[in-house]
Amino acid sequence: GFRDALNQAMDEELERDERVFLLGEEVAQYDGAYKVSRGLWKKYGDKRIIDTPITEMGFTGIAVGAAMAGLRPICEFMTFNFSMQAIDQVINSAAKTYYMSAGLQSVPIVFRGPNGASAGVAAQHSQCFAAWYGHCPGLKVVSPWNAEDAKGLLKSAIRDDNPVVFLENELMYGVPFEMSEESQSKDFTIPIGKAKVERQGTHVTMVTHSRYVSHCLDAAAVLAKEGIECEVINLRTIRPLDVDCIETSVMKTNHLVTVEGGWPQFGVGAEICARVMEGPAFNYLDAPATRVTGVDIPMPYAKILEDNSLPQIKDIIFSVKKTLNV
Amino acid sequence: MQNMLTIISNALCRITGRNVGAQTVSELLIDLSEYVSLTSPAAPVLAQTERQPPKPPPVSTRAPAAELVSSQTDQLDRPGSRVVVSRSFADFTPQATFDIKKCDVHRLEEGPPVKATLTRDQGLQYYRIMQTVRRMELKADQLYKQKIIRGFCHLYDGQEACAAGIEAAINPSDHLITAYRAHGYTYTRGVAIKEILAELTGRKGGVAKGKGGSMHMYAPHFYGGNGIVGAQVPLGAGIALACQYQGNNQVCVTLYGDGAANQGQLFEAFNMAALWKLPCIFICENNKYGMGTSVERASASTDYYKRGDFIPGLRVDGMDVLCVREATQFAADHCRSGKGPIVMELQTYRYHGHSMSDPGVSYRTREEIQEVRSKSDPISLLKDRMLSNNMAAVEEFKEIDIAIRKEVEEAAQYATSDPEPPLEELCNHIFKNDPPLEVRGTHPWATLKSVS
Repeated sequence: GFRDALNQAMDEELERDERVFLLGEEVAQYDGAYKVSRGLWKKYGDKRIIDTPITEMGFTGIAVGAAMAGLRPICEFMTFNFSMQAIDQVINSAAKTYYMSAGLQSVPIVFRGPNGASAGVAAQHSQCFAAWYGHCPGLKVVSPWNAEDAKGLLKSAIRDDNPVVFLENELMYGVPFEMSEESQSKDFTIPIGKAKVERQGTHVTMVTHSRYVSHCLDAAAVLAKEGIECEVINLRTIRPLDVDCIETSVMKTNHLVTVEGGWPQFGVGAEICARVMEGPAFNYLDAPATRVTGVDIPMPYAKILEDNSLPQIKDIIFSVKKTLNV
Repeated sequence: MQNMLTIISNALCRITGRNVGAQTVSELLIDLSEYVSLTSPAAPVLAQTERQPPKPPPVSTRAPAAELVSSQTDQLDRPGSRVVVSRSFADFTPQATFDIKKCDVHRLEEGPPVKATLTRDQGLQYYRIMQTVRRMELKADQLYKQKIIRGFCHLYDGQEACAAGIEAAINPSDHLITAYRAHGYTYTRGVAIKEILAELTGRKGGVAKGKGGSMHMYAPHFYGGNGIVGAQVPLGAGIALACQYQGNNQVCVTLYGDGAANQGQLFEAFNMAALWKLPCIFICENNKYGMGTSVERASASTDYYKRGDFIPGLRVDGMDVLCVREATQFAADHCRSGKGPIVMELQTYRYHGHSMSDPGVSYRTREEIQEVRSKSDPISLLKDRMLSNNMAAVEEFKEIDIAIRKEVEEAAQYATSDPEPPLEELCNHIFKNDPPLEVRGTHPWATLKSVS
C-alpha cells in the first residue's frame, strides 16, 4: 500500500546514498508515528534514523543546516500542522537560500509528513498546507495520490538538490494499491512537476490532488453511467504546477472543475482557475470554472460535522453537472 | 559647541568634497577617523618578553604566513598580505607572551590559559585583519550615507577582535555561521573586500551577484549572513551534526547576539546539541544592546555564558583578540575531543547603532561610546601591546594603514562602478540542477526564464 511504498522509497534511497538520513519525532525506535519508517532504525541504526525531541523549530533548523553542510536529510513532521512552528526554517532558511546566495549555497532537503484532514482529529490537526507552501518560490511541493506516486515521487524528492515539501495523507497510508512492474525497480522515479491523466474523458476536466483523486474517480464512475465522461487529472505536484497538462485537457473538454480538501480562499483551485484564465485554454471554456473545496471553517470534531466540512462524492457530482449545465 | 561642530564639519566637506549635513559629535569623529587616528593609546601593557634567536614563525592556520621582509608589493586583498619594511628582522622582538584576562567558567574545571603568546607575524596579521574590517565598515557607513548602499546595513566596527580572534583559532575547513552583523566574518572567512562592498551596493560583482545584500553573503564553510534573529543557531547545530556524521573532525562556530540569546529555538538547539554531543561552539557576541534594548531590560539572566545550562560555558573579553583566540582554541579542542558543545560569551561593543537607521545614542550615552573607544578599542589594544614590546615600529603600522585605506578605496571604487546585475538574471537560481523553468512575471504576458 501507500505506507509501504513510502517505506520502500526511503529504504532504497538510504541504501543508495549514505548522505541520506531521516530525522523526526518517533521515527526511529517507535517505527514512526504512523509506522511509515517501520524497520528502518533496525536496519540503519542511530546515525541515520534519528529520534528528535518535540522541538520542531530546532530540529527543522538542524536538518536544514545539515543539508547546507553536505548531507541529504529527510525531515519528518508528525503532521504538517506542526510544521507551522518551524515554517521560518522551511521558507527563510531552506527555500530562499539558493536564490539569496546566487547559487553558492544549495539545500537538498525533503520535508515530509501527513497533510490535511484525518478523521476526528479536530481543528488544530486537520489543516491542508498545499496552498501555503505552494505559494513560495524556491520550494517544490509534491502531493502523491497512490502508492506508485508515493514511491516514485519520494525517490525523486530525495534525489532532488532542492527543498521539497512532500505532502502525504494519513487516510491514504493504509489504502492498498497495485504497483506496476516498473515501480519495483530501485531506480523508479516519477518526475516532479508533471501531472498524470488518471482517466481519459471528453466532457469535463477534473483537476485534483492527493486523496481527492480517489473521490474524483469514484464520481467519474457514477457520472459515466449518465453518459458524462470525466477526464481526471492527478496533479502529483502542486509546485511547479503542470499547467500544460491542464490546458491541453480543458481545450479538449471545455469545462473545468477543481477538487481539493483545503480551504477555498487563495487555494490550489484558485490558482488553477487564474492560470487557465491567463492562458490559451480560456477561450475554450464553455462555462466558468468551478472549485470544489473544503468548507471555509476550522475543522469540527463531531462526525456529521466533519463529514460535511470536506468535499464528498455527491458534491463533486453536483458541481460537474452544474458546470455542464445538466 | 554646535557652531564649532558645524564649522569643522563644513571644512571637512570642502576638503573631502562630500556633502554631509550637520553632524553629531560621534558622526564627526567617525568621519574624521578616516583621516586621522583618533584613539588615545591605552596604558602600555607589561609583558614578559623573550629574546630568542631568530626562528621561523609558527605555521599559521591561515595560509600563507606573511614574510617579515619582502622586496615586492603584492596584491593586498587577502589577509596575510606582505608589507614592505625597511628595518631588519633582528631589530624587533619576534615573540612575546602576554597576560590575558581570566575567563569566567561555567561547568568547567578550568578555562583557557591566562597567558597568550603572540609572534610578530601573528600580531601584524591580526592587526591587518582588524584594521581592514574597521576601514571596510566605515567605508560602508560612508556609502550608505551617500545612498549608494540601501536597505539594511548592520556595522561591525568595535567588534573586530571577535571575528579576528575566532578565525585565528579555527581552520578554514571548520565552519562558521552568524546573524546579520556579518561583514566582518564574511571577510575573515575569505571573501574579498571588493566582493563584499559590491554586494552591499547591489552590483553583479558582489559575492552573491547582488541578489543577497548585506545579510546574505556566503562562502565555502561560511553560511552567512542570516536575517531572522536566532534562526542561524539551529542551522549551526545542523552543520555540526553534518561534521559529526561525516567524521571529519571539524567544528561549527555558531554566533548569535545578546538579543537572540532569549530565542526559544536556541534552547531547542542547545538541547539537541548536548544530547547528541554535536561539535558546535555556540558564541554569544554580547554587545550590551539588542537594537535599542539593553541587556538588563531584555534578559532575566545576563550571564549569557551560563544560559546553555547543562552546556559548559566561558565568558571572554571580546575586545582582546588574544583572549578571543585562546578561548576559541580551548572551545574547539573541547568539541573536537568529543565532549559535545560549548557556549562562549564574548563581551564586546559596537560603535555604530544597531543599523544605519539607528544613531545609537538614544539608548546609550555618547560618553559610554567614547569611553570604550578610548580605553578598550581592540585595534589599539593590539597595536599598543606590540609597540610597548618592540614587536613592530610605528611606521609599519602607518604603512599598513595606508595600504589598507588604499585597498578599501579601490574596493569602493569597484563597488560603485561595477554594473548592476542584468535583468535577464532576475529569476535565475531558484533551483539547483534543474532544467530551465518559466517564471511568472508581474503580468501574464511577462514570461521570464529561470536557469539554475
